[in-house]
Amino acid sequence: MSTPPLQPTSAAEVQEAVRTHRHLLPRGGGSKPALSRPHEGQTVLDMSGLSGVLEYDPSEYVFVARAGTRLAEVEALLAQHGQYLPFDPPLVAQGATLGGTVAAGLSGPMRQRYGGLRDFILGVQFVDGEGQLVRGGGKVVKNAAGFDLPKLMVGSLGRLGILTEVAFKVFPAPKATATLLVNFPGLEAALEALYRLAGSPIELYALDLQPPGTLVLRLGGLPEALPARLERLQAFLGRGGEPLSGEAETAYWRSLNELNLGEGALVKVALTARRIPALEQALGQAPRRYLSAGHLLYLAWNAELKALDALLQAQGLSGLVLKGATHRPQIGIDLGQAMGHKVTKALDPQGKFAQEPYAAQD
Amino acid sequence: MHAALSELERLFPPGRLLHRPGELVPYESDALTAFRARPLAVVLPESHAEVEAAVRWCAKHQIPYVARGSGTSLSGGSLPIDGGLLIGLNRMNRLLRLDPQERIAVVQPGFINLQVSNAAAPYGLYYAPDPSSQPVSTIGGNLAFNSGGAHCLKYGMTSNHVLAARVVLPDGETVELGSESLENTGPDWLGLLVGSEGLLGIATEITLRLLPKPETYHTVLAAYDSLAKAGEAVAAVVASGLLPGAMEIMDSLAIEAAEAAVKAGYPLEARALLIVELEGETPQVEAEARYLEEVIQKSGAYEVRVARSNEERLKIWKGRKAAFSAVGRLSPDYIVQDGVVPRSRLGQALAEIEKLSARYGLRVANVFHAGDGNLHPLILYNGRIAGELERAEELAGEILKLCVALGGSITGEHGVGMEKKAYMTEMFAEADLAAMRRIRLALDPLELANRGKMFPGEAPALQFHGAHPLEKAGVISRE
Ligand SMILES: Cc1cc2nc3c(=O)[nH]c(=O)nc-3n(C[C@H](O)[C@H](O)[C@H](O)COP(=O)(O)OP(=O)(O)OC[C@H]3O[C@@H](n4cnc5c(N)ncnc54)[C@H](O)[C@@H]3O)c2cc1C
Ligand SMILES: Cc1cc2nc3c(=O)[nH]c(=O)nc-3n(C[C@H](O)[C@H](O)[C@H](O)COP(=O)(O)OP(=O)(O)OC[C@H]3O[C@@H](n4cnc5c(N)ncnc54)[C@H](O)[C@@H]3O)c2cc1C
Repeated sequence: MSTPPLQPTSAAEVQEAVRTHRHLLPRGGGSKPALSRPHEGQTVLDMSGLSGVLEYDPSEYVFVARAGTRLAEVEALLAQHGQYLPFDPPLVAQGATLGGTVAAGLSGPMRQRYGGLRDFILGVQFVDGEGQLVRGGGKVVKNAAGFDLPKLMVGSLGRLGILTEVAFKVFPAPKATATLLVNFPGLEAALEALYRLAGSPIELYALDLQPPGTLVLRLGGLPEALPARLERLQAFLGRGGEPLSGEAETAYWRSLNELNLGEGALVKVALTARRIPALEQALGQAPRRYLSAGHLLYLAWNAELKALDALLQAQGLSGLVLKGATHRPQIGIDLGQAMGHKVTKALDPQGKFAQEPYAAQD
Repeated sequence: MHAALSELERLFPPGRLLHRPGELVPYESDALTAFRARPLAVVLPESHAEVEAAVRWCAKHQIPYVARGSGTSLSGGSLPIDGGLLIGLNRMNRLLRLDPQERIAVVQPGFINLQVSNAAAPYGLYYAPDPSSQPVSTIGGNLAFNSGGAHCLKYGMTSNHVLAARVVLPDGETVELGSESLENTGPDWLGLLVGSEGLLGIATEITLRLLPKPETYHTVLAAYDSLAKAGEAVAAVVASGLLPGAMEIMDSLAIEAAEAAVKAGYPLEARALLIVELEGETPQVEAEARYLEEVIQKSGAYEVRVARSNEERLKIWKGRKAAFSAVGRLSPDYIVQDGVVPRSRLGQALAEIEKLSARYGLRVANVFHAGDGNLHPLILYNGRIAGELERAEELAGEILKLCVALGGSITGEHGVGMEKKAYMTEMFAEADLAAMRRIRLALDPLELANRGKMFPGEAPALQFHGAHPLEKAGVISRE
């Protein structure tokens, strides 16, 4: 039987919990249920009590916060100073937390401009499988001392340690943005344009493909330069498209952030644009969207996850189930390898954070 | 002959296995010439399989080893281990694949940094990380040290530009980390490898991300009558919401040196120079330039120059890039430090360094990546004067402690290596270091890979800091 969730409010309490419980599962804000659903025997560690921004000096482009802090709180604070999280984390309104976002390794459409979550994390503090409080990285924008533990935690799904604090680099937010929806006759033409754009000096905050043939492009920067840039973009594509601006534009991206693609499991797939044609043939009706010039797919899967697992395996791709009931959120090809197993064992020798509660006791 | 050596002879043909004293000399140190050590032998593999064989041989005979690229590490990272094996990767220097459409380059570890951009140039692409050693340093060395350059604030360090790597672990097993995608699922094992200073594995094949070249640059040189004003100007630029590609500051000693060396035409009487460079799409950069001009005017610069042509731009950068090696003209010897402070503490750090300089009676020149808070104080001394080197080293140590005390780091880009391992305890608590050590031991229980680097332990005293031979020859300069 699962025990009731624990609600630590300090790193010391997290340490205590790790020392005294056999199997633990950290949970952030409840935005990615497939990842934080406890197995039998796992005690849920509800991290929401460990929240609050600890340091933020806008002139540093850096903030430090407790892991259970909600993204919404962080975003609001940054916005007051004209700054933002350039990796554009999804599920903000659903209550996603910083720790959960790092552990799940999630970035949104605007990652196209400056990079994903891993490019912005500067420091972490976490509790390892033996209850030790460990710090890695730092809180300055440049640092090369020691192993890069902050990056290691990206995508770790709570299996390597329980994050208690994170430090992030942030950037000034674009003062104005505009979006262009451009329809192409089909996938092939859209992909051709996608490649041309991605290899051009045109700087896009988002470069998404809404299959079969629509590109969604977002420009950002100084308001006075936007009209000229939009025109240049249209000229580059040889198409006018449908521009979105103002409230309609903001609303469009806000609703996309919810990743409400459709019924079923929400799955993230890592890929490159080259894989899109084969995937498009195989995915059928499943609602989906490709982000960041075809490097990231978010997909709603309304059939057996097994079938998607097999499909991804056949295509040599890996996926992560973000919402939906599954005991194994990692699907597709198995990325686990010798290095991963050894590092996991080093940080969690007793298998306290193991995905399958009893599997790691070997 | 060492018994195990004959086994190595079966793996590597003569000419690619060096073990005579004369053959070993060129490999006895890296750019931190303070240390020398004689390896048992040097092997020069030409394939992944040969690297694997060399590492397996080390594991079998419990012989420590060090991977080496071009040996430009400034912190003793590629210093050999006495009686260990040195695995020189310079011969694995091929570009394996360049895919302009997917914007990636796959290279062997010995491929030279600058050549990546050269190979990508015909497609309008480039490789962003630009250490000053880019004409000679290898991608393998860059990966191991997570090297940086002038453009880190906006583009990040090497780690943000490596997509995948084929790696030989210390037990000889091969793993593939990362993929061609910018996104992955599962823990970021590749992120852990990058910057691990050769302790966690040897990369034999590296996939790099290429970026489209910016359309336009706008480069501004501003002269100030005080360092504090230049520092405040950086803060003002940041506060204005601009995100320049680079922001660099030089103090008067550095200006003097650079002028003497390359005649960049800098205003000689300036107490501080600020270089700010905007880059991107033309209409955007033009608009940003107007904001920048306002900010710089208000910041109290007494002279402002804007590069009107590519030649003028390169001239501005030439002085900056040459500043370090040029300092050699002002002093027989110098130590380059590499530390980071929060940007808002730059002024305080510089004032403290000035006080330390006075207290130790040694001149310190300052050149730094202001946008990142990455300081590179150059401590000038004369090695012939008894005790001066020791004073210089003490001063260097004080500066590192100062950086940590102000909330920064002991290294922004040159790595910990041999030089700074004693300072790791300033930055990290015992539990932090213990966790890193456990990771290391899990992959390398005998601590064969780059033994004695990065983690605190007994280290011979530093003896000499000088220019790299290539620096003296004017091929590269340090930042
Ligand atoms: C007994 C029980 C049964 C449930 N069953 C279901 C169910 O069948 N289906 C369903 O949809 N929901 C179910 N839920 C609800 C669901 O578990 C929560 O809504 C959700 O798990 C909490 O948000 P989250 O952790 O996904 O958020 P996020 O914060 O987004 O977490 C994402 C990932 O990050 C990890 N993580 C979070 N914080 C940290 C941290 N600080 N350090 C390290 N890793 C971290 C998590 O372990 C997870 O892997 C159940 C809840 C309970 C208590
Ligand atoms: C004049 C000068 C200027 C410099 N400027 C800068 C600068 O601006 N920014 C900056 O960051 N650095 C700078 N450096 C430092 C140095 O050039 C970099 O750290 C560079 O990345 C080292 O590359 P290398 O090929 O010479 O590696 P080496 O010095 O040969 O090795 C460096 C480290 O990498 C390891 N290593 C080498 N190859 C591999 C591999 N394939 N797999 C795993 N580990 C490997 C070695 O064991 C060692 O620990 C400068 C150095 C000099 C001399």
